[in-house]
Parts: sequence; C-alpha cells; structure tokens
Amino acid sequence: MLIDFVKISLNSLRYRKLRSWLTMLGIFIGIAAVVSLIGMGEGLRVAISGQFGFLGPDIFSVQASGLNLAGPPGSNTVNPLADDLYKKIEGLNGVEASFNRHIESGTLEYNDIQSIGMALSVPSGENRKAVETMLNLEVESGRLLKDGDNKRIILGNGFKDDKIFGKGVSSGDRVLLSGETYTVIGILEKKGSFIFDQSVIINEETLLDQFGDDGTTDLIAVKVKDVKNIEKVMEDVEKILRKERDVDLGEEDFVVASPQQAIESLNSTLFAVQLFVYIIASISLIVGGIGIMNTMYTAVIERTKEIGIMKAIGARNSTIFTLFFIESGFLGFVGGLIGILLGLGIANGMSFIGRQALGSELIQASISAELLIGSMLFSFILGTFFGVMPAIQAAKMHPVDALRSK
Amino acid sequence: MNKYIIKIDNVWKTYTMGEVQVHALRGLNLEIKHGEFLAIKGPSGSGKSTAMNMIGALDVPTKGSVYLEGKDISKFRESNLAQLRGKKIGFIFQQFNLINTLSAIENVMLPMVFLGMPVGERQRRAKKLLSMVGLDKRYGHRPTELSGGQQQRVAISRALAVNPDVILADEPTGNLDSKTGSTVMDFLKKLNRKENKTIIMVTHDDELAKHADRIENIIDGKIIKGGKK
Repeated sequence: MLIDFVKISLNSLRYRKLRSWLTMLGIFIGIAAVVSLIGMGEGLRVAISGQFGFLGPDIFSVQASGLNLAGPPGSNTVNPLADDLYKKIEGLNGVEASFNRHIESGTLEYNDIQSIGMALSVPSGENRKAVETMLNLEVESGRLLKDGDNKRIILGNGFKDDKIFGKGVSSGDRVLLSGETYTVIGILEKKGSFIFDQSVIINEETLLDQFGDDGTTDLIAVKVKDVKNIEKVMEDVEKILRKERDVDLGEEDFVVASPQQAIESLNSTLFAVQLFVYIIASISLIVGGIGIMNTMYTAVIERTKEIGIMKAIGARNSTIFTLFFIESGFLGFVGGLIGILLGLGIANGMSFIGRQALGSELIQASISAELLIGSMLFSFILGTFFGVMPAIQAAKMHPVDALRSK
Repeated sequence: MNKYIIKIDNVWKTYTMGEVQVHALRGLNLEIKHGEFLAIKGPSGSGKSTAMNMIGALDVPTKGSVYLEGKDISKFRESNLAQLRGKKIGFIFQQFNLINTLSAIENVMLPMVFLGMPVGERQRRAKKLLSMVGLDKRYGHRPTELSGGQQQRVAISRALAVNPDVILADEPTGNLDSKTGSTVMDFLKKLNRKENKTIIMVTHDDELAKHADRIENIIDGKIIKGGKK
C-alpha cells in the first residue's frame, strides 16, 4: 500500500516537473554548501593535523619567540636559545631526553636548477635514534645517516620526481647545498607534509660546519618519561627559561608548546569556521524548507478537487495526509541527494584546483560517511517537517467542499 | 437482508452562511430498494446535490438519519464514512473527475489501492473492467489523452472497481454529446439489469430520467410526488 502511495506521489511530482525542481533547488544549494565547505574544512583539519602528527604526544618543543617573519621557525628571533640550555632541561624531573635541533634554510641545486631547501639536523650519538623516532624518519631508498656521514644528506620524497629540478634526484646523486657538494645517500618515505617532503636531513656537525655555530639553537625538543606529566614538565621548563633569560611571567620571549596544544588551537579555529558555515547553511536550508512548504500549500489548493475525488472513492484523511507527506519528504530527500553529489563535486573540484594552483598536497577534501548520511537524513526530515502543515490542511478538507471546488 | 439498501429518514441539512441559516434539505424522506434504478430530479438549488451527498455518505445530516443497509451512518466520523464509500458506493460524476496525473488503469485501480487489495488482483480486475467498456487499448493513456466519452467510461470502470452495491451517478451524460450519452446510459441500464446494481442517478433532464424505474422530484429540499411505475 505504501509503495502505491509513493508511486502516486511521484506521479504528482513528475506532473509538475519544473516546480518540483525549483523547489528542490533551495534544498540542494544548502546541502551542497554544507557538504562542500565542511568537507574541505575537515580535509584541511586532517591535513594540518597530519603535519603535526610526526611528533609523538610525549614530546614538546621550546622555541625563542619574537620577530619571526620569514624563514624557518626560530631563525629571526631577537634572543635565540643558548645551545647548552638543553642540558639544564634534561636535568629536570620527568624528562627522558632533551636535545638541540638546528634548522637552516639554504639553496639546493641540481641539474643546474636552484631551489630552496630546509635543512633539518640530526644529532649524533645516542640521541640520533631518539630524533629518528620522533620525526618518524624512514627511507624509501638508500639508508639513514650514521655518525661521521660527512657531506652526505638525505632528501625528502618531493625531490624524487622531476617537478623541482626538471629531473628526479635519487640515492647516489650529487647536489649542491648552499654551494657545497653533498652526496644523496637516501630518499625519505612520502610524508604528505610539504615541510618534510621538501626537507634536507643532515648531521648536526655537518650543518654547524657549513652554516656556522654561533652557540645558539633553533629549537629544543623535550621527551618526557610519562605523557601524563607533560603539562607539569612544560611548566618546569618555562620556569627555568624565565630564570635563564631573566623575563617575568607573562612577558616570555619563548614558546613552550606541545603538538597537542597546537592541534587543539587549530581545531578550535576550524570549529569556529565550521560553525559559521553551519549557520549560513542552516539559513539556506530553512529558506529551502519554507520553499517546500510554499510549494506544498500551493499543491494542496491546486489539487483540492483531486483531494475531493480521492475522498469520494474511499481515501481516508490519513491516506491524503500520507500522500502529501511523501511528496514533501521526497522533495527534501532528492534535493538532499543532489545537494550531496553537487557538494562532493565542488569539494573535490575546488581542492583539485587548489592543489594545482599551490602545488601543495595539503588541500584535500575529506567527506565522512556521517556527513553524507547526516545531510541526507536532515534534508528528508526538513522536507517532511515543512510538509506536515500542508498535509494536515489537505487531509482535513471536507469531501463535499473539495469536490465542489474549481 | 433489509428491504431497503438506503433509507433517508426526515433528514435536514442546514448551512450557516454568515448570520443566515440556509436549509438545503427540509425533512427529506426517501427509500431505495436493492437493485432499483432511481432518478432524482430537481431544478438547481432544489437540494438534489445535497441529497446526493447524503446518499453517497459524503456528508452527514444536521438532523434525521441515513441508513445504509440498515445501519445508521448519520453519526459516523469522516474516516469511517470514507471506508464505507470505498467499499459500498461507486461514484460517476458529470465532470468525470479522473486524476489527471494517473493513467486510465491507475485511475481504475485507485479505489482498490485505498481498500488495500493486492496488486495482482487489482491489475486483473482493472483490465477486465476497462475492456468491458471497450478501452482495452487505452490502459496507459492519461485522462487528457482521452475523449469525453472515453473518460466517462474510465470513470464507470472506476466506480465498479470494488464491486459496490450502489452506483451513484450525478448528471452522468451532462458533459457528453447525445450519442455518447446514450452509450453511457445503456451501460448503466445493463449494470442495473444484468448485475443487479442499485443505481441512483441525479439529473435535471426529463428524457434521461425516463430511463429509470422510478423518478423522484426534489423541490425546496423535499420529495414532492411519488414516482412512476
């Protein structure tokens, strides 16, 4: 019986094709906006979280802050961190290891083409393993660095293809790093992070040799013994730094941050953006819903005679209600379905264009099943919600009055 | 079995229009036997349409009782009346009143859908009825693709869909030319004679009324004189 009702309702909608499409337009613009914008926002969130993801939850970093307008983090600061500070931090309770990290930017030349490379240092001795684990360094080809690997480097996966130098670099090739010749001994696995995929991994001694040692460090990485105490350890580190650098609470010229904090602050920013999108989309969906209500009221008035006929030949009030209810629900449902397809297309199309324009893998649409099912369900509920009143009006018509109309 | 399939007992129907009360029926009495072909005649405004609504269970009286197969339906609620109409009464209207969005066969099947009949039986029966009225080549046509006579024949098939005891025809030939009109009248008579259906026809046309076994005249909401035969 319900199937028959669905068929009858669909017939009515097909009979008024243009109006049905126009009504659904309101819904599918709203749903398309939700799906595409949320999908892109979510994609951005996943991608950015992925950038932080290389640091474990038990590691935090210390950087000097101040003027940091360009270049790698910590390079243009007013008061850089002293390179012996890590020893003091290592002495703290709850700290398992602490080590300096040097980051330098330089030119990288291969095949007579120059590019910017970011050189990341790896310490020697027992801290090497810790940094490799922390950065999750693994090679796709060649091998990792060892102590004494002078004039040897590992390149990020992004140099493997011919995009940067017009010719891919592989293990064994020679490249110029800021004018000096280095042998590439390995290519890192693909990280999907633009920082890592275009980085140069180099031994700390080699880096200091080439770029000069001024007794400072760009970053201190701290690994705690127990992740539960990370907040406490971070506070202790702040205390030491305030004392060392002679600054007051609230006027710190350094930043102690865990990746977790960074992700949280990113999430809260993105949440605000998503909330804004939701509000805009809700307005559009409510307008779409009112469009459905308007169409259905018109349909009820237009089909008064039809309602009368149906009642005369045995349709009960509930039957008439169901017929109109299905119609409005269907308008919402199909509107939502088209909106989802449109939204998927927009999200993927926009992120594709973004990737082409910026050459960054960062822009990816991420559309979850929950988002799709939720949008679908929501548009159906919207259709039925705004269809209830017109359907009640249709059902309550008196058969004699309805038959007499027109 | 009751002697009368329909009995209308001192029925009043009053409409309130603004502050004025209009009595459409003023103590209507009418008894209709099983298998009878009755014509109800009357000028416009006489109350014959209101009478038809009472007979067809489309409306309930303000005062008095309407009995269908001995059951008083004057206090029934709309959903019960709808069920009753769906099972017991077939309507044929002057304007044909087919649903334009549905094909001929779907129109005929509609009362059976409301009654919850299984799909196979519905189709079989609808096809049989449509070929009976000579429309077996027109199953899939929409009403707008059919002539007036064809539409009225679809409407007759629809009225017979649930095999009701009573056929209520309101000016069934009013929108048809005389030749098509007489074909429709022949159908109604055949239904009356062969299938023993009770037929109640509302008309203002004397010639048409002569086809019936009995004619009742309504003026000012009351029957004014006994019928012929």
